[in-house]
Amino acid sequence: MIDVLYFAWIRERIGLPKERVETTAATVADLVAELVAREERYAAAFADTRAVRVALDQELAEFTSPLAGVREVAFFPPMTGG
Amino acid sequence: MRTVRIQQSPFSYGDESDAFARQAGPAGAVVTFLGRVRDEGGRLSAMEIEHYPGMTERAVTAILDEAMARWHLTAGLVIHRHGPIAPGEAIMMVATAALHRGEAFEAAEFLMDYLKSRAPFWKKEFGSDGAEWVAAQDADEDALRRW
Repeated sequence: MIDVLYFAWIRERIGLPKERVETTAATVADLVAELVAREERYAAAFADTRAVRVALDQELAEFTSPLAGVREVAFFPPMTGG
Repeated sequence: MRTVRIQQSPFSYGDESDAFARQAGPAGAVVTFLGRVRDEGGRLSAMEIEHYPGMTERAVTAILDEAMARWHLTAGLVIHRHGPIAPGEAIMMVATAALHRGEAFEAAEFLMDYLKSRAPFWKKEFGSDGAEWVAAQDADEDALRRW
Protein backbone atom coordinates (compact mmCIF):
# COMPACT_ATOMS: atom_id res chain seq x y z
CA MET A 1 0.00 0.00 0.00
CA ILE A 2 1.18 3.45 -0.87
CA ASP A 3 -0.21 6.91 -0.02
CA VAL A 4 -0.85 8.96 -3.14
CA LEU A 5 -1.36 12.74 -2.77
CA TYR A 6 -2.66 15.22 -5.34
CA PHE A 7 -2.32 18.99 -5.31
CA ALA A 8 -3.73 22.04 -7.11
CA TRP A 9 -5.52 21.36 -10.43
CA ILE A 10 -4.52 17.70 -10.35
CA ARG A 11 -6.35 17.35 -7.01
CA GLU A 12 -9.37 19.15 -8.49
CA ARG A 13 -9.51 16.96 -11.61
CA ILE A 14 -9.22 13.72 -9.65
CA GLY A 15 -11.57 15.00 -6.97
CA LEU A 16 -9.65 14.02 -3.86
CA PRO A 17 -6.49 15.12 -2.06
CA LYS A 18 -5.20 11.74 -0.95
CA GLU A 19 -5.84 8.02 -1.27
CA ARG A 20 -4.24 4.70 -0.40
CA VAL A 21 -3.42 2.64 -3.44
CA GLU A 22 -2.74 -1.06 -3.65
CA THR A 23 -0.12 -1.38 -6.37
CA THR A 24 2.78 -3.44 -7.58
CA ALA A 25 3.99 -0.70 -9.94
CA ALA A 26 7.76 -0.68 -10.25
CA THR A 27 8.12 2.97 -11.24
CA VAL A 28 6.19 6.24 -11.05
CA ALA A 29 5.31 5.89 -14.75
CA ASP A 30 3.86 2.41 -14.09
CA LEU A 31 1.74 3.81 -11.23
CA VAL A 32 0.46 6.61 -13.48
CA ALA A 33 -0.48 4.03 -16.14
CA GLU A 34 -2.45 2.04 -13.52
CA LEU A 35 -4.28 5.16 -12.32
CA VAL A 36 -5.08 6.34 -15.85
CA ALA A 37 -6.58 2.93 -16.69
CA ARG A 38 -8.96 3.19 -13.68
CA GLU A 39 -11.23 6.08 -14.58
CA GLU A 40 -11.60 9.04 -16.91
CA ARG A 41 -10.85 11.61 -14.18
CA TYR A 42 -7.36 10.14 -13.73
CA ALA A 43 -6.83 10.15 -17.50
CA ALA A 44 -7.82 13.83 -17.50
CA ALA A 45 -5.39 14.66 -14.71
CA PHE A 46 -2.48 12.86 -16.35
CA ALA A 47 -3.32 13.74 -19.98
CA ASP A 48 -0.09 15.72 -20.33
CA THR A 49 2.54 14.40 -17.94
CA ARG A 50 4.97 17.13 -19.04
CA ALA A 51 2.78 19.40 -16.86
CA VAL A 52 2.99 17.06 -13.85
CA ARG A 53 5.75 16.90 -11.25
CA VAL A 54 6.23 14.06 -8.77
CA ALA A 55 7.73 13.74 -5.30
CA LEU A 56 8.60 10.47 -3.55
CA ASP A 57 8.59 10.66 0.25
CA GLN A 58 8.60 14.47 -0.09
CA GLU A 59 11.66 14.68 -2.38
CA LEU A 60 11.34 15.67 -6.06
CA ALA A 61 11.72 12.66 -8.35
CA GLU A 62 11.26 11.58 -11.97
CA PHE A 63 8.62 9.46 -13.72
CA THR A 64 11.34 6.85 -14.25
CA SER A 65 12.10 6.69 -10.50
CA PRO A 66 11.55 3.30 -8.80
CA LEU A 67 8.83 2.96 -6.15
CA ALA A 68 10.52 0.27 -4.07
CA GLY A 69 10.38 1.26 -0.39
CA VAL A 70 8.44 4.46 -1.09
CA ARG A 71 5.57 5.25 1.32
CA GLU A 72 4.24 8.51 -0.13
CA VAL A 73 3.89 9.64 -3.76
CA ALA A 74 2.70 13.15 -4.59
CA PHE A 75 1.62 14.52 -7.97
CA PHE A 76 1.37 18.25 -8.62
CA PRO A 77 1.79 20.93 -11.27
CA PRO A 78 4.99 22.97 -11.58
CA MET A 79 5.34 24.97 -8.38
CA THR A 80 4.47 28.67 -8.13
CA GLY A 81 5.84 29.89 -4.83
CA GLY A 82 7.49 33.18 -3.98
CA MET B 1 20.55 31.70 12.94
CA ARG B 2 18.22 30.05 10.46
CA THR B 3 14.47 30.60 10.51
CA VAL B 4 11.80 29.00 8.32
CA ARG B 5 8.12 29.73 8.99
CA ILE B 6 5.30 28.38 6.84
CA GLN B 7 2.07 29.90 8.15
CA GLN B 8 -1.44 30.95 7.26
CA SER B 9 -1.49 34.06 9.43
CA PRO B 10 -0.32 37.51 8.30
CA PHE B 11 3.02 38.85 9.49
CA SER B 12 4.48 42.32 9.98
CA TYR B 13 7.31 43.02 7.55
CA GLY B 14 8.58 45.84 9.78
CA ASP B 15 8.61 43.81 12.99
CA GLU B 16 10.16 40.79 11.29
CA SER B 17 12.85 42.91 9.60
CA ASP B 18 13.77 44.63 12.87
CA ALA B 19 13.91 41.36 14.79
CA PHE B 20 16.01 39.78 12.05
CA ALA B 21 18.52 42.66 11.97
CA ARG B 22 18.88 42.54 15.76
CA GLN B 23 19.97 38.89 15.74
CA ALA B 24 22.01 39.04 12.52
CA GLY B 25 25.34 38.76 14.33
CA PRO B 26 28.42 40.48 12.90
CA ALA B 27 26.79 41.12 9.53
CA GLY B 28 27.54 44.44 7.86
CA ALA B 29 24.72 43.90 5.38
CA VAL B 30 21.09 42.89 5.79
CA VAL B 31 18.84 42.47 2.75
CA THR B 32 15.08 41.95 3.07
CA PHE B 33 12.53 41.24 0.36
CA LEU B 34 8.73 41.30 0.64
CA GLY B 35 6.48 39.58 -1.90
CA ARG B 36 2.89 40.83 -2.07
CA VAL B 37 -0.30 39.95 -3.95
CA ARG B 38 -0.75 42.21 -6.99
CA ASP B 39 -4.27 43.45 -7.66
CA GLU B 40 -3.76 43.17 -11.45
CA GLY B 41 -5.48 46.49 -12.09
CA GLY B 42 -8.43 45.63 -9.82
CA ARG B 43 -9.22 42.34 -11.61
CA LEU B 44 -7.91 40.17 -8.78
CA SER B 45 -10.16 39.83 -5.73
CA ALA B 46 -8.17 37.21 -3.81
CA MET B 47 -5.40 34.68 -4.02
CA GLU B 48 -5.34 31.25 -2.39
CA ILE B 49 -2.06 29.43 -1.87
CA GLU B 50 -2.05 25.67 -1.50
CA HIS B 51 1.02 23.86 -0.19
CA TYR B 52 2.30 20.40 0.67
CA PRO B 53 2.65 20.28 4.48
CA GLY B 54 5.83 18.51 5.44
CA MET B 55 7.53 18.73 2.07
CA THR B 56 7.21 22.53 2.11
CA GLU B 57 9.19 22.86 5.34
CA ARG B 58 11.81 20.36 4.12
CA ALA B 59 12.24 21.98 0.71
CA VAL B 60 12.39 25.55 2.04
CA THR B 61 14.85 24.58 4.78
CA ALA B 62 17.10 22.83 2.24
CA ILE B 63 17.05 25.89 -0.03
CA LEU B 64 17.87 28.21 2.88
CA ASP B 65 20.65 25.89 4.12
CA GLU B 66 22.24 25.97 0.67
CA ALA B 67 22.08 29.78 0.51
CA MET B 68 23.56 30.12 4.00
CA ALA B 69 26.50 27.85 3.20
CA ARG B 70 27.18 29.26 -0.26
CA TRP B 71 27.16 32.95 0.70
CA HIS B 72 28.42 32.52 4.29
CA LEU B 73 25.33 34.13 5.75
CA THR B 74 25.33 34.95 9.46
CA ALA B 75 21.52 34.67 9.47
CA GLY B 76 18.76 33.73 7.04
CA LEU B 77 14.97 33.91 7.20
CA VAL B 78 12.09 32.69 5.03
CA ILE B 79 8.45 33.31 5.93
CA HIS B 80 5.87 32.03 3.41
CA ARG B 81 2.10 32.13 3.84
CA HIS B 82 -0.56 29.78 2.56
CA GLY B 83 -4.35 29.94 2.48
CA PRO B 84 -6.43 32.95 1.33
CA ILE B 85 -4.53 36.23 0.86
CA ALA B 86 -6.03 39.56 -0.27
CA PRO B 87 -4.49 41.92 -2.85
CA GLY B 88 -1.83 44.13 -1.26
CA GLU B 89 -1.21 41.66 1.55
CA ALA B 90 2.17 40.06 2.12
CA ILE B 91 2.70 36.56 0.71
CA MET B 92 6.25 35.96 1.82
CA MET B 93 9.52 37.51 2.85
CA VAL B 94 13.16 36.57 2.83
CA ALA B 95 15.98 38.15 4.81
CA THR B 96 19.70 37.54 4.51
CA ALA B 97 22.60 38.83 6.60
CA ALA B 98 26.24 38.67 5.50
CA LEU B 99 29.51 40.46 6.14
CA HIS B 100 29.17 42.33 2.83
CA ARG B 101 26.21 43.43 0.74
CA GLY B 102 27.14 41.50 -2.43
CA GLU B 103 26.66 38.19 -0.64
CA ALA B 104 23.44 39.29 1.06
CA PHE B 105 21.89 40.47 -2.24
CA GLU B 106 22.94 37.40 -4.20
CA ALA B 107 21.70 35.02 -1.53
CA ALA B 108 18.32 36.80 -1.43
CA GLU B 109 17.97 36.51 -5.22
CA PHE B 110 18.93 32.84 -5.10
CA LEU B 111 16.29 32.25 -2.41
CA MET B 112 13.61 33.99 -4.47
CA ASP B 113 14.47 32.05 -7.63
CA TYR B 114 14.39 28.71 -5.84
CA LEU B 115 11.31 29.39 -3.71
CA LYS B 116 9.44 30.26 -6.90
CA SER B 117 9.87 26.89 -8.59
CA ARG B 118 11.30 24.42 -6.05
CA ALA B 119 9.10 24.97 -2.99
CA PRO B 120 5.73 23.16 -3.18
CA PHE B 121 3.31 26.09 -3.27
CA TRP B 122 0.56 26.62 -5.85
CA LYS B 123 -1.20 29.93 -6.36
CA LYS B 124 -4.82 30.22 -7.41
CA GLU B 125 -6.22 33.61 -8.42
CA PHE B 126 -9.85 34.59 -7.91
CA GLY B 127 -11.12 37.43 -10.06
CA SER B 128 -14.13 38.89 -11.78
CA ASP B 129 -13.80 36.28 -14.55
CA GLY B 130 -13.52 33.22 -12.30
CA ALA B 131 -10.73 31.28 -10.63
CA GLU B 132 -7.52 30.16 -12.26
CA TRP B 133 -4.35 28.39 -11.18
CA VAL B 134 -1.26 30.48 -11.84
CA ALA B 135 0.91 28.76 -14.46
CA ALA B 136 4.64 28.44 -13.94
CA GLN B 137 6.66 30.40 -16.50
CA ASP B 138 9.59 29.09 -18.55
CA ALA B 139 11.49 32.12 -17.26
CA ASP B 140 11.16 30.77 -13.70
CA GLU B 141 12.99 27.61 -14.71
CA ASP B 142 15.57 29.58 -16.72
CA ALA B 143 16.27 31.72 -13.64
CA LEU B 144 17.63 28.66 -11.81
CA ARG B 145 20.33 28.07 -14.41
CA ARG B 146 22.36 31.12 -13.43
CA TRP B 147 23.04 29.56 -10.04
